[in-house]
Amino acid sequence: MTIPASWFLIVAAVLFGIGAFGLLTRRSALIMFMCVELMLNAVNLTFVTFARSLQDIGGQAAVFFILVVAAAEVTVGLGIVVAVFRRRHSVSVDELSELKG
Amino acid sequence: MIASVHSLPDVITFVVASALMMVGAVSVIVAKNPVHSALSLIMTFFGVAIAFVEMDAQFLAAVEIIVYAGAIVVLFLFVIMFLGVDRDDVVGEPLVGQRSLAVLGVGVTVAGVITMMAHAGWVTGVSALSNRGHSLGGGYSNVNDLGTAIFTTYIYAFEATAALLIIAVVGAVVLARSDRPRENDEEIA
Repeated sequence: MTIPASWFLIVAAVLFGIGAFGLLTRRSALIMFMCVELMLNAVNLTFVTFARSLQDIGGQAAVFFILVVAAAEVTVGLGIVVAVFRRRHSVSVDELSELKG
Repeated sequence: MIASVHSLPDVITFVVASALMMVGAVSVIVAKNPVHSALSLIMTFFGVAIAFVEMDAQFLAAVEIIVYAGAIVVLFLFVIMFLGVDRDDVVGEPLVGQRSLAVLGVGVTVAGVITMMAHAGWVTGVSALSNRGHSLGGGYSNVNDLGTAIFTTYIYAFEATAALLIIAVVGAVVLARSDRPRENDEEIA
């Protein structure tokens, strides 16, 4: 008998929680992007789990598109990090308070 | 006890994949050095890829390694080394109580999601919804199934990703471009 879907769903939920905690607590923009990747992977795992339990390939197709969007997001995000670092010589998000009213 | 209900290789695969994911994810957010975080991220991706293979998503497992562990983490490492940010970011809590509030919020969210899954019958009551789209494993390989779905049902989304990738590449070049070459051009002119 194969592993029940609920086991993978719980692992994915915990993985999402770890990513969310890191996103909320870490200050470096680079680490925050990595935590976003963790959360995206948790969602990917959920999609694949449901694709198996529903016997529908649509879940895997969704993961394929999430991969593309994640690649685009990281490319533009790291471009922004590089641009910010050129001006501020820091990637700490605490120091990016120029728009504060 | 568990192994008597489920086959032992499946359980071992699940435990290994989960351990890789959890250890990797925790060390991503704990590591002081961003390079170590990026390498831990690779570990997590390998765990996810093992879970994908376990769930008959072989193509996505390969893509997970190639795109995430291969391309995205290398991009992270390039930026880390390009910027030279291998030192620690802010130590401690600039906002008082941020960490405990984060633990509280994340704990409530994860517990809520798991409770919802346990009580809403999502996992057990799914058979009524099955086989609406392309079925999984209809005698062909996983790559065949996924390719058929993407190039027929999701063809417009697939074409849109082409535009998305072009926009992302152009955006990254514009954002990361240095202003210095332009000044040199003006001096030469």
